[in-house]
This record gives sequence, C-alpha cells and structure tokens, in this order.
Amino acid sequence: MAFDKMELRDIEVWDGNFAAAQAMRQAQIDVVAAYPITPSTPIVEGYAKFLADGYVEGEFVMVESEHAAMSGCIGAAAAGGRVATATSSQGFALMVETLYQSSGMRLPIVLNVVNRALAAPLNVNGDHSDMYLGRDSGWIQLDAYSPQEAYDLNFIAFRVSEDHDVRLPCMVHQDGFMTSHTAQGVKTLTDDVAYGFVGEYKPMNDMLDLDHPVTHGVQTEEDWHFEHKARQHNDLMTKVMPKIQEVFDDFEKLSGRKYNIVEGYDMDDADVAVVCMGTSVETAREVAGEMREKGIKAGVIGIRVFRPFPFMEMAEALKGIKAIAALDRSSPNGAPGMLFNELSGVLFSQKSDAALSGYVYGLGGRDLTKAHLVDLYNELQANADAGKVLTPLQQFIGVRGPKLSFL
Amino acid sequence: MSEIKKIKNLKEFSTSADRFEGANLLCPGCAHSIIVREVLNATNDDLILSAATGCLEVCTAVYPYTSWDASWIHIGFENGSTAVAGAEAMYNALKKKGRLKQPDREPKFVSFAGDGASYDIGFQWISGCFERGHNMMHVVLDNEVYANTGGQRSSSTPIGSSATTSPAGRVSYGEKKNKKDMLSIMAAHGAPYVAQVAPNKWKNMVKAIQQGFAVEGPVFINAMSACTTEWKFAPEDTIDISDMATDSLVFPLYEIIDGKKLNITYRPKNVIPVEEYLAAQGRFKHLFKDQFKYLIKEWQERIDSNWDYLQRREEAGV
Ligand SMILES: Cc1ncc(C[n+]2csc(CCOP(=O)(O)OP(=O)(O)O)c2C)c(N)n1
Ligand code: SF4
Ligand SMILES: [Mg+2]
Repeated sequence: MAFDKMELRDIEVWDGNFAAAQAMRQAQIDVVAAYPITPSTPIVEGYAKFLADGYVEGEFVMVESEHAAMSGCIGAAAAGGRVATATSSQGFALMVETLYQSSGMRLPIVLNVVNRALAAPLNVNGDHSDMYLGRDSGWIQLDAYSPQEAYDLNFIAFRVSEDHDVRLPCMVHQDGFMTSHTAQGVKTLTDDVAYGFVGEYKPMNDMLDLDHPVTHGVQTEEDWHFEHKARQHNDLMTKVMPKIQEVFDDFEKLSGRKYNIVEGYDMDDADVAVVCMGTSVETAREVAGEMREKGIKAGVIGIRVFRPFPFMEMAEALKGIKAIAALDRSSPNGAPGMLFNELSGVLFSQKSDAALSGYVYGLGGRDLTKAHLVDLYNELQANADAGKVLTPLQQFIGVRGPKLSFL
Repeated sequence: MSEIKKIKNLKEFSTSADRFEGANLLCPGCAHSIIVREVLNATNDDLILSAATGCLEVCTAVYPYTSWDASWIHIGFENGSTAVAGAEAMYNALKKKGRLKQPDREPKFVSFAGDGASYDIGFQWISGCFERGHNMMHVVLDNEVYANTGGQRSSSTPIGSSATTSPAGRVSYGEKKNKKDMLSIMAAHGAPYVAQVAPNKWKNMVKAIQQGFAVEGPVFINAMSACTTEWKFAPEDTIDISDMATDSLVFPLYEIIDGKKLNITYRPKNVIPVEEYLAAQGRFKHLFKDQFKYLIKEWQERIDSNWDYLQRREEAGV
C-alpha cells in the first residue's frame, strides 16, 4: 500500500501539538499505539487524520489506556520497527510502570509529553509535574520551549533513541497549552528531507527476525539486576550526551537551527542568572533583556536535555555567576525543588560560592508574568551584591495569600 | 494460509521439535509446561510469544538463560496480551511496507498468562486486544490461584478453596465467591473462537489450538492447569487430578464459535462425583469437616446445573 507525501509551505502556522504530529508523520513511524488525554489529544487526533487521508502507511493502534499504549509500543519496538506515541499528566502517570520497563528493556521509543499538572485537584493546564515524575525512569528527556522546537526535537529524538549504542527511549516535552495550543510560525522540512534526516529504521534483536529468536524482558534477581541497571545508567551518563551533540550538529547543518544541551542566553558576562525550563525560558529571556537596560547583567539558562542531567555542562555555564535562581514548576512536596537540588550539587562540586535560591512557580497553569521575573532579578542582584542569599532558600511565586517561603 | 500440522499419536506429538525446553524452573509436575508444549507443538509455523509475570515467566527466562526457542517477550503482570498485540501490529506494518526479513513466513502470535494475569489484573488489556481484533491467541494457564506469589485468591479461585488471602479457618470455608465465567465474557467480545481445554485431553486440546490458529482474529483459550503446590497433591498425580477435573465435569471442555455457537468437545464415558475431585486436593480438605460438608452437595448441584446449561445451549445451537 502506498502513501502520499504532503506539500508543506516553508513556514507553516502550527501549534506545538500539530508540529509534533507532523514530525511523527514525516518520520514514517511503523507503529503508533496511543490514547488521548488533554492537552496532548490533538497529536493523536492529528496523526489519525493523516492516516485517514492516506498520508501514513504504518499501523495506528487506538488502545484502551495509556498503560496499554506504552505496552503496545514496547511489543512493537521489540518486534523491530519505529515506534512513537504521545500523552500528558494522568496518562503519563498511568504509564509509569511501563516507562521503567521500556527503558530497562533498552527499546527505542519516542514519547511526546505535553506537560500538564497532576491531580488532585484535577487540573488540565501546564506545569512540569509529569515531566518530573519521569526523571528517574531511565528515559532521555528533551525539552521544547516552542512549536518549532517540538517539531525539530522529534526528529532528533528518533536519531538519538534508535542509535545502536544508545537504544534508550526518549521523551520530547512541551508545555501544555502555552506551547501545545499556541500557533506560531514553524519552519518546515520537506517530507524527503525530514525522513532523510531521521533515516531508515535499523532493527536490532528484533523478534520478527524469525531465523534468530530472541528473549526480551527476562528475570534478574540480586545476581544480575544491579549490573543491568548500572549498565543502563552508565550509557545514560557516558554515551547519550555525545550522541545528542552529534545529532544537534547534524541538525544544524541541515536546517540552520542550532540546539544546545544547555541553552545559555546573555550568559557571557552575566552576574545573575535564572535557570528554568519550558515556555518560561522565553519569558525570562525577554525580561533579562529589559533588566540589562536597567544595568543588571542578567542571563538565562534553559535546560534542553533534562535527563541525562547536564551536570558538567551546567558547571561550565554557571562559572562566574554570582547569584542564581532555580525555577521549579512542580511541587517538591516536602523538599527543595528538583532543579535547586541538582544545581546545589553542581555548585558544591565546583566549590562555587554563588548564591543559589529556589523558586516554585506556575503550578496548574498559573502564569509566570514579566513582573514576577523583574522582582526575581532584583532579588538576585541584591544577593549578588551581598555575596549571599538574603531571602529564604525556597519561595513560591504567584500564589495567593500570605507569601510562602521556607528554609 | 499455512498448513495444519498432522499429528498421529502421542509419542510423535511429545517428541516433535521442541521450542520450549524441559530445562526450566517450574515445579516437577507443573501442568503449565505441559500446556505450553501442547500449544507450541500443535504448529510448525513460526511463533512470536509473550508471557505475563507469573510462574511460567519467572521459571523460564532467568538471565542469562532462556527456555524459549522462539521469540518471546515479557513486560509485566497485566500487559502480556498487549505486548503480543504490539508485535502483531509491527508485523502488519512491516508487511505493508515490504520490510519483513522473511516475507514468505507467517508467524503466529500467542500470549500466555495466568488466571491472575487474565481474569483480574490484565482483564482490561485482553478486552482491548479482543475488541480491536488482533490476530492473536491468548492462552490462560488457569490454576485458579496466584501461584507465583504463594497462593493468593484470584477471581478464578472456586468457592470453598482455601487460598492464602481467603483461607479456610475456624469459622470460614475459604473462598466465598464462585469462579468468574471468562469464556462467556470473551465469547461476548465476538471472538471467532474461544475454548476451554485441559492438557490431559491432549487430542481434544490440540484440535482446539489448531482450530484457533486456523481462524483470523483473537482467540481465547482457557487451559486448566493443575498446580501441585497450591492445589496440594503429589507431583506425579497431575494427570490423574486433571482427569478427575474433566471427568467430574468441574472443568467441562467446550468451545464457542463466533460468540454464538457452543459445542461440547468432550463427554466423559463415566462421570465421577465431584466429591472425588475435591477429596484428592489439600485446598478443599476442610470441606470434609461436618460443619462445611453441605458445600460439597452444593458443588455437585452447581456442576450438574452448569452441565445441563451447556447441553441445552449445544442442543439449541446457540
Ligand atoms: C502490577 C503487579 N502487581 C502485582 C504483582 C505481583 N505478582 C506477580 S505474579 C502474581 C500472581 C500470578 O498469578 P497468575 O497470573 O495466576 O499466574 P500463576 O503464577 O498462578 O501461573 C502476582 C500477584 C506484579 N508483578 N505486578
Ligand atoms: S506453583 Fe504451581 S503453577 Fe507454579 S510452578 Fe509450581 S506447580 Fe506450576
Ligand atoms: Mg494462577
């Protein structure tokens, strides 16, 4: 059965969901097993419509839950072909068991995660709770801040995940609604160029190679379990970053669009910096520019590769910065924020005396406004001048009632 | 369509090329291995297999060993059916795209799972696979208990059986609920073929498996699997106990075609009393105390009435 190619304009006006669905179509995935949930539903719907219109040749399996979606993806990936799906929030939480299973089985799968809060209370809007829930699951996690990036990072994800030295599943995150439902100009690749970049799927230990039967998903106890987990961690720590860098470089050659493991903005001579993820990066960049006009040497660091965590790259990026804010968009529920903790580790290991403060913001889709960031940069400048953190170590931004702060 | 394998006698059948090795960790006398061999040996076609977490899985693929000489996958307790469904979807995709490595061979897709993995935790996944109509066979190794984790009840555990989470005691006769009727539920999905089989009736079983392989679409097989450890009988008695189960009609053997037509596939020449079957197993021992004896009578009545129901359905052709 044949399928049709699609003519795209050089620049299309797409939201993040449609951009991801288009990238999935262009990657010529063999099996998509999926289940809808707000705000990622339009990815699944978009892909279903491509199929209905004859633009997809692969199989599309509409399963009965997200757990089954990832289970089907695991079976399909082990059988030997390109596999992807999409989810958010509660669906992601339902998948968690299978996230560990897929990464532990070393199966390349691409999962688009449109970030959304986790209930209770039920909330459909964007925050990073689901993204954080995945952080120990053994997946690679890439973060897009815009529809363009959601599009590009999908191609990159297939290349990294399916590499035979890597063979680890990969998530592409984007912010619910702020990215997924906001239409912007997206520079496209033609179908041929996009597929040429992703490349043909090269099977390995494929169950469907009937002359070479394989056993997937074995039992290991105290005698072998640790070695398997250690090997996986080792590959995440040593093989993934160089591969991502290589694919970023190839992608830049192809498209002119440059991605970095850590996305520094105005960092060269910065005194103070905000470290954050998702759409907040773009807001922070705008405010940093305005702060510079007021004489504050402000910079922004966006995290592009969330797992494996860019520990050494971060050490490099934070060199010489006097005051740093770690912005976590997920409730740490009884601890400092995740980014605060990771950055504490980075700074301590470098014997840095930078003043690091943590902020929790934007839960359940609450806006992070420019005014919030102006206040934040002013606090950072005061910390930089004093050579220490003058505020509590953990503060909440934008929550009603008396100001919440801890530690 | 591949040819149906011809099987003449038990000797030939039991010595046909083995894709499931005797080198495994299942208990001596475990019926799981007999069932698996009967399913695998029923065909010469290539096989893509899965197992759900449970005795079969933990005893046959312990790194760095495997008992499987066919492609095999285990993911978790509840999702073995969907693992095979995903593999079947990939087969269809690669076939369409012309990327199969052996395009002239048509593998069969089979998932094995315990009663816990099928009746309870994996029920939704199986239902999804059947509703979507994957071309696969799901085989339940029905030992009526969570054997792998030490004998907890499942919704297949029959009334009056003592399981660790529904133990018989001073005031309790053990499991209070009757076994769930999975065959009817799966037939109601419109599956082209569902059957209850037992490994002691091997000819009957092979016929059912071959019929299952011959149809297009999802096939459900409920295979009785006598468990020496949890049913509490001696390992050498597996086949005797299984014979008692089929001949007392506690496990009637029948099939339902297209969800609409029931055929009884085995009629015992001499039907034995249910009491004999119960008396042979430790899990029912307490039923023979005066206090609980009334349950044995109820058992017999229930089995009689079920057999009557099956016969009436068969006669009516529904
Ligand atoms: C999600 C999940 N819950 C619980 C378990 C624990 N568990 C593993 S196997 C098993 C029982 C298996 O029973 P059954 O499916 O009947 O197979 P059997 O061992 O009896 O052949 C249980 C409870 C698990 N592995 N995963
Ligand atoms: S416990 Fe029962 S089902 Fe499990 S291996 Fe032993 S006999 Fe077989
Ligand atoms: Mg069982």
